Amino acid sequence: MIEVIRLSSTETIDAVDTPDAATDEDNTDAVRAAMLGELTDELGDALVGSHIAAGVDITVRVDAEAWAETAAFLKDGMGFAYFNFLSAIDWLPALGRDMDSQVDLSLERAEQTDAQDATAAQDATAADTAGNASSSEAMEQGFAGGNSRFQVFARVNDVVTHRAITIKADVDEVSLTVPSWVPVYAGANWHEREAWEMFGIHFEGHPGLRHIYLPGAFEGYPLRKDYPLLARRIKPWPGIVDVELMPTDDAEVDG
Amino acid sequence: MTTVTNREQLKYISAQAADARVNLEIETEGMTLNIGPQHPATHGTLRIVAKLDGEQVIAADPVMGYMHRGYEKLSEVRTYPQVTTLINRIDWLGSFANEVPFILAAEQLMEVEAPPRAQWIRTLLFEMSRIANVVLFLGDMAVQVGAVTPVFFAFRDREHVLNQIEAATGGRFHPNFDRIGGLKDDLPRGWIVETKQAMKKMRAFCDEIEDLVMGNEIFQARTRGIGVVPADIGLSYGLSGANIRGSGVDWDVRRDGTTGLGGLVHKELDWRVWTHPDGDSFSRFWVRLQEVRESTKMIDQLLDGIPSGSIMAKVPRIIKVPAGEAFVETENPLGVMGYYVVSKGGLAPFRVKIRSASFNNMSITPWLLTGVYVPDIITILGSLYFILGDIDR
Amino acid sequence: MNATLLLAELAYWQQTGIRVGIGLASVLLVAGALVYMHLFKAVSFMQSRLGPMEAGPYGSLQLLAEVGKHIQKEDIFPRNADRFVFAAAPFVVLASTFLLVVVVPAGPDALFINSELGIYLGLAVSSVSVLGILMAGWGSSNKYSLLGGLRATGQLIAYELPLILAVVGVVIQAGTMNMADIVYAQANGEIFGFGALGNPYILTQGVAFVIFLIAMQAELAQAPFDMPVAESELVTGYMTEYSGMRFLMFFIGEFATAGVFAAVASVLFLGGWYVPGIAPDADIMNVLGPLVMLVKIVVLTFLIFWTRFTMPRFREDQLQRLAWKFLIPLALANIVVTGVLKVTF
Repeated sequence: MIEVIRLSSTETIDAVDTPDAATDEDNTDAVRAAMLGELTDELGDALVGSHIAAGVDITVRVDAEAWAETAAFLKDGMGFAYFNFLSAIDWLPALGRDMDSQVDLSLERAEQTDAQDATAAQDATAADTAGNASSSEAMEQGFAGGNSRFQVFARVNDVVTHRAITIKADVDEVSLTVPSWVPVYAGANWHEREAWEMFGIHFEGHPGLRHIYLPGAFEGYPLRKDYPLLARRIKPWPGIVDVELMPTDDAEVDG
Repeated sequence: MTTVTNREQLKYISAQAADARVNLEIETEGMTLNIGPQHPATHGTLRIVAKLDGEQVIAADPVMGYMHRGYEKLSEVRTYPQVTTLINRIDWLGSFANEVPFILAAEQLMEVEAPPRAQWIRTLLFEMSRIANVVLFLGDMAVQVGAVTPVFFAFRDREHVLNQIEAATGGRFHPNFDRIGGLKDDLPRGWIVETKQAMKKMRAFCDEIEDLVMGNEIFQARTRGIGVVPADIGLSYGLSGANIRGSGVDWDVRRDGTTGLGGLVHKELDWRVWTHPDGDSFSRFWVRLQEVRESTKMIDQLLDGIPSGSIMAKVPRIIKVPAGEAFVETENPLGVMGYYVVSKGGLAPFRVKIRSASFNNMSITPWLLTGVYVPDIITILGSLYFILGDIDR
Repeated sequence: MNATLLLAELAYWQQTGIRVGIGLASVLLVAGALVYMHLFKAVSFMQSRLGPMEAGPYGSLQLLAEVGKHIQKEDIFPRNADRFVFAAAPFVVLASTFLLVVVVPAGPDALFINSELGIYLGLAVSSVSVLGILMAGWGSSNKYSLLGGLRATGQLIAYELPLILAVVGVVIQAGTMNMADIVYAQANGEIFGFGALGNPYILTQGVAFVIFLIAMQAELAQAPFDMPVAESELVTGYMTEYSGMRFLMFFIGEFATAGVFAAVASVLFLGGWYVPGIAPDADIMNVLGPLVMLVKIVVLTFLIFWTRFTMPRFREDQLQRLAWKFLIPLALANIVVTGVLKVTF
């Protein structure tokens, strides 16, 4: 006996039928393929890559010039009225991501030859993520490919048919500029400010790119991979294996 | 249609400009009022710079970052299990719910699925953290409009839920209980009976709030028609949770989710999504109240239906996530929360984009606060319901 | 023993000293009792908590601890404050309260002054507190305080009118402005020939009583009319910048004024010190009267604080609308009806 419907203002409530739970039908890969087809028809050559993760999600990469038109078409032409988020990725293989307590691995390696570097990269645990911009390790973009260091990506939803799509675009490495989404999705305003602050990507047509989190005089772009997290450079981070030493073991180590 | 322009808003701004011209002649000037970062109504450290004409707001500019902790950067240097410790602190009132989408994203990348029992308990705790969070809102909203007493009731009854969360996970505020592939522990003995008692008390609390706050004429006068968010504008700002359902958009990720909901079992339960067509502060309050009731109902069903079995799938001791990208969003207490996890096959994520609900919910405030009175700022902020950790991350 | 006779044998300065002492005691003790009973205990129980329990038995000395704490605190002046205005404001507010208590009789002889214009004087001096609040708001050089002070002024002016108009009904029915005579009029009155209970005006002037209570709530800036203070918006408004002793004066002023207004209301509507069965001018009432008054004050202030901790607050424009469009017309109608009935009977 659960008394849930106890309303003080029933007269203003539309009777909403709970749609049947078969939302899985909205989410099949066939639907995603149809979305991709629709986008390809509209954008033509501007659509430069796509990826459908089977049964899960769709990612589409468009040309940076078509970034704003894509948004407009998604919103008005395909019904993706809901703005989910917008951000950026720096694909540079990073400093400071070596998780194996071998803090200075990459620094050491920078001093070594390229050949040694390559052999070290074979080492399964040590070289997962190590390396830096000058190393021979190539940048490797994720879903839907890419050929630039920075990518902006955004996600929009259709709240009626319950579809969603992730859009990516390569950012030109010299100008670091993409068109703004604010005229289409007003909610992109703060997200673009954040992306500008964290990655230094400029959004053309944004009504006021200024700092959102960091103080106005902050230098650098913290989420870039070449912006080192100093705490991690100085002190190794423990805890890959989640086992704590017994106190006696500790004492032995100290002794 | 392509751009978000609201005629009323423009009309108001032009009227303000006309007023301003008159004001120039009689030499009055606006006042800039700094609300926050230490203001009692800003739930922490939000700051709103409001330009006032008398008590009317001409322009409002939220300033954030006083609590920015850089979780996106920090996540890049932590192993996957360590990240949950960080993201517990995003929405600190419903902490467990923060862990779930991240864990689900990692599971999706690893192609691991938690066993049924773990999924049910996960959903159970997920909904309990919703109650722990929203109950406080129900009391807090009354404080925002001036009634002091309901918040004490909220804290009193929230305790029942927190006790159950603590009994199950060991942590009242930051459980850190969810694991890739399952849960840390099973439920303790007697927990199911106690939780059912707690749910009864929560329903009584909802009735109490409905009588004490929602039926109050002054409360209605203060919230009805205040801070109206039209559905299309709410969508383009990315509002979520009760904020968008309060505008009549029938969309709940628990029911309509598009990605990776293998880890939660909402679709197997009997419940409904509440919407309210008005879009004002009252409707947001109303929807949240109904959602708490709906959650208690869900929890009762979950308690009855927990399957037996293991609570942990087979996962390697050292968790390495294969290369790939995954975005998982869930309907958290504050709204849609999602994690875009990019893995390059290492121990740590390559990039974690945290899509938090309050950040989007608050991005509408400059639009929404223009033209309202100072007391309505507080009502609107209260009804949009943000947690600072969820904005600043 | 007739108190006036006793006083007549003393020199004038001695009489004044005694009156001031009694006045202080009657305000501060009552205010302290109200703070303890209502703010500390009754409200705590409503909010399902215990309230202070440590200082003294059952927390009864908590108020002394609070006073001691506030006295020790630094008296901070904001840098840009108008120092004189800022410093003087709490005194103006408190002075208004003490002046108001002068007109309230607590027994046939237990009164400070026996003025023919008692209630008139009382309502006049009660408005002085507006000045103090405006001074505090302006002198603090704080935008929140300024907003609070301006709100208070607008609100107090708006609610002064229904307050006075509600009293007019009583004055018409009693035929006098003398507070003591209003009590006698109620004690000797009768309802349709039944005079055993007297005629407390709450029965015949019920509408005026309700208006008086609402306007009183607004005069005291208690919820649902606490916009000048409004913790969640204006961070306690005109009191934001005050600390230590001066804040304590505002705090005492708030509760003392609540007590004194409740005393005025009990004189006007509840029969003052009169209880059925004892002649109102008997000598024993000089001792019993203050106690009877205290009981009535406690009951009325409980109403005030009950409302305060239950109701959300109005917005400023809604408050003005309530005053001008509803309370004042209603009070005027009440006066007309009272006048007509007075002439008819």
